[in-house]
Amino acid sequence: MLDQHKAPVYEALMRYRDARVVPFDVPGHKHGKGNPELTRFLGKDCLAVDVNSMKPLDNLCHPTSVIKESEELAAEAFGAAYCFFMVGGTTSAVQSMVMSVCSAGEKIIMPRNVHRSAINALILSGAVPVYVNPGVNERLGIPLGMSAEDVEKAILENPEAKAVFVNNPTYYGICSDLKRITDTAHAHGMAVIVDEAHGTHFYFGEGLPVSAMAAGADMAAISMHKSGGSLTQSSFLLIGKSGEKFGVTEGRTRAVINLTQTTSGSYLLLSSLDISRRSLALDGKKIIGKVIDTAAYAREEIGRIGGYYAFADELINGRDIYDFDRTKLSVHTRDIGLAGIEVYDCLRDYYDIQIEFGDIGNILAYVSAGDMWKDIERLVSALAEIKRRFSRDKTGMLSAEYITPQVELSPQAAFYGKQTSVPITESAGKISGEFVMCYPPGIPVLAPGEMITSEILDHIRYSKERGCVMTGTEDMNIEKIKVLN
Amino acid sequence: MELWFSELHTPDVKMSIRVDKQIHSEQSEYQRIDVFESEEFGRFLTLDGIMMLTEKDEFIYHEMITHVAMASNPGIKNVLVIGAGDGGTVRELTRYESLDNIDMVEIDERVVEVCKQYLPKTACCLDDSRVHIFYDDGLRFVRRHENEYDLIIVDSTDPFGPGEGLFTSEFYGNCFNALTADGILVNQHESPYYSDDAKAMQRAHRRIREFFDICRVYQAHIPTYPSGHWLFGFASKSVDPLSPDIEKWNASGLKTRYYNTDLHKGCFAIPNYVKELLESV
Repeated sequence: MLDQHKAPVYEALMRYRDARVVPFDVPGHKHGKGNPELTRFLGKDCLAVDVNSMKPLDNLCHPTSVIKESEELAAEAFGAAYCFFMVGGTTSAVQSMVMSVCSAGEKIIMPRNVHRSAINALILSGAVPVYVNPGVNERLGIPLGMSAEDVEKAILENPEAKAVFVNNPTYYGICSDLKRITDTAHAHGMAVIVDEAHGTHFYFGEGLPVSAMAAGADMAAISMHKSGGSLTQSSFLLIGKSGEKFGVTEGRTRAVINLTQTTSGSYLLLSSLDISRRSLALDGKKIIGKVIDTAAYAREEIGRIGGYYAFADELINGRDIYDFDRTKLSVHTRDIGLAGIEVYDCLRDYYDIQIEFGDIGNILAYVSAGDMWKDIERLVSALAEIKRRFSRDKTGMLSAEYITPQVELSPQAAFYGKQTSVPITESAGKISGEFVMCYPPGIPVLAPGEMITSEILDHIRYSKERGCVMTGTEDMNIEKIKVLN
Repeated sequence: MELWFSELHTPDVKMSIRVDKQIHSEQSEYQRIDVFESEEFGRFLTLDGIMMLTEKDEFIYHEMITHVAMASNPGIKNVLVIGAGDGGTVRELTRYESLDNIDMVEIDERVVEVCKQYLPKTACCLDDSRVHIFYDDGLRFVRRHENEYDLIIVDSTDPFGPGEGLFTSEFYGNCFNALTADGILVNQHESPYYSDDAKAMQRAHRRIREFFDICRVYQAHIPTYPSGHWLFGFASKSVDPLSPDIEKWNASGLKTRYYNTDLHKGCFAIPNYVKELLESV
């Protein structure tokens, strides 16, 4: 047992600061003295520890001392065999996972409702996706998890696949049967890699869905900066205890990470990971317990308003909603005649409340340990007001948030294929060379290699009309799209 | 003995009152509550170090936050008071026999208990049979009521603490919804003088104006509040506070120390710089 009270990177930084070291190395702002305006803005204490790798502070690319110790502490806290500190966000952790288990031309089984980072990894690695269609909840219009049966079918049909990729949970808080999927994949010699961008708290809260490491998965990408409390862009990549049996080793994973990760890892990010891990390891149950209670209270109060549906574990069906993350405050808004994105805009424009995202039928308000009771009251009251002031007839509103894609080419083949730019309105029947998605949540409506259909074009047009921020194409206005020749 | 209570009215301006002794101090779930005894102002209550009331000048605030609305619509029967844990606003309201019901929503039960114990001059009427105290968040309480109250008085702390939610659009909208067709909303509107207070005043004014057809501001002189120049917001769906009918209030025979119907008419006359601040929001 390691002592979780320790925070080696953080402690080393404090020793460095107290030693009043004279810097003749980068960064050039030299503890902020060379950039007074930035120092006034961010604070002297912050700039004083924005430093570079050096012997007493270890090196992220090749950790042997304090970073290694901190990574080992984090691994123990999460029940993992090893933990990598990541400074390029969970995007980079997801890409490193995929590239660690698949080479060019090898198959990976995954749901289609993944974050764009997973499909980006396929473009980089040349791995070929075998998509399992997620279930769809008709009322909410949201994509769900994968049923274990569908995954098993895909495994049997693609015995040569190298890995199974699972979201745990989805952005909306929905979980697949991760334990059963992991056991089935392992029985067929496949590795299981898990996107836990929205699941950090599963490792510490009570009564939450099973975490990737507890389910026996081989790798997991953890957004510490979401429910874990660290700075934006800081994440963990975990290796499971049985990872080595399925080809996942610490050395190979580090080599893959070092292909794309910076050699100047920010110590602000690294120390934030260290401090946040310590706090979760010591007080996680209490911290996450408060979040669960806050979300439950908010759901109850939103339920009292009427019209809104703050959904939760009543959705659990043992298949594509195997479990639900009760810290998620997702609210279905279509019954008051407003798209989620419209409620999202109203909250910001009229009530100075910024939520995580709104799609065409739902909103997601991110609840965390940082929420004060009075802020929750404001959110609920603002939703009551939006209903009173802006609700309208819901006739004619689209519901589907997920359209089953027709995959014609692998993402890599499409991305690097010969392409022509055409007006998006004239692109039906062609194969897309680009992504199109609403951001957030960043789950592609269209990915490279997929057939553009009139249904997808209707969805894009409707989302734009309602005010969704569409991204992905080279054309910043999403009026032109590159298609394959 | 040189024992002084000081409050920063801005980072560069300080108001101090010599304290004879500290009578009470505690940290409640929501805030720090202190009661002091002084020569000049008698007993006074502070929350998180900010002056709430003194025995000497509280009558100005409490008379002005109640009688202006009560004189504007003698038909008021059902009143909601938000905040007001010291009981001063309720004391003034209970003087009207015409009222049927007074609901008071205070988030911090400890404020009420401390005031009952140490500030009986304001907390004296909280046991009136028409008064119902709810220990709840004002924002939550008011969103659960619709077309119910003839008058809502927001007697809150500043918008930088537990009272923050009571200066928001969602709160004013919920109040509009909780008021009857002749409903009036009176709120303490901060001060126009120092810039941070003035910004809070402008924000509140802008948001109230989104909902109410009649939206006015009146003023009073309160020595222990920042700058001494304090504003109240008067918003209503239909009642005009400057109708000649307000003179009828004099028939009630209520004896007041600050408020009278001449002052009622005069207090809506505000300085040009305040007008400009309000018009520019």
